[in-house]
Amino acid sequence: MEAVLFFIAAIGALGGAIGVIAMRNPFYSVLALIIHLFSLAVLFLLLTSAFVAAAQVVVYAGAVMVLYVFVVAYVGGGGESAWEPIPGQRFLAPLLGIVLFVELSVAVLGSALNALDTHGPHVSTGFGNPAAIGRLLLEKFLLPFEASSILLLLAAVGAIVLASRNKETT
Amino acid sequence: MNITWYIVLSSLLFATGVLGILIRRSPMVILLCLELMLNAGNLALVAFSRMVGNGQGQVFAVIVMVIAACEVVVGLGLIVAIFRRKLPLNVDDLRELRG
Repeated sequence: MEAVLFFIAAIGALGGAIGVIAMRNPFYSVLALIIHLFSLAVLFLLLTSAFVAAAQVVVYAGAVMVLYVFVVAYVGGGGESAWEPIPGQRFLAPLLGIVLFVELSVAVLGSALNALDTHGPHVSTGFGNPAAIGRLLLEKFLLPFEASSILLLLAAVGAIVLASRNKETT
Repeated sequence: MNITWYIVLSSLLFATGVLGILIRRSPMVILLCLELMLNAGNLALVAFSRMVGNGQGQVFAVIVMVIAACEVVVGLGLIVAIFRRKLPLNVDDLRELRG
């Protein structure tokens, strides 16, 4: 049962990722990314991390993707020209992607991590639920938590400054 | 399923994101491919967290999610600014900063 669910979610994630880079219209790319994110949430649930899965669905598929859809609707699709500044880029890039995948896999699988071939240790039922994550965030990782909140504020202010109409330069 | 499967899937997704950045030229799709790479990293973090049986990797994944949201906000702000100035939305045409 778990294997079936894993393969369905893996095919969804991979198909979504390929859809993102293959679609001509950016709007369809965003929709493919939403499929990818939902499949990843299923994978997170299989890894018994309920809070990360819920945050994935709410934050990514809910908030960030809505932002993308708004900007795509505002800017418009627009096709890409077939002109290539680097000759043979379309054939060289997939080769480099395959090489990177093989290299990453060899680097991880060739390491001395014996626990990779297990399902992980047996964990209690509270593993990865919001209470456990919240306790870790507010006790052990309080400083990164506060730093990320300041970063979010800075990013929001920066985006407003970037996207606002600048009367002096235009 | 073994943890190995998750790690191999994560590296496959990461390579897909890199491939997208190499072959696409619209800044918006490049941002989407950055999201793919960040999510592949998140999957690896959560898988390793399950392997060790420790929740700290999941906290790391949540922080990575926050960073990704910030990156999206600033990147989309840049795209809107480029569009407002009537510049082409193509990374090959936006080459003024090139030396």
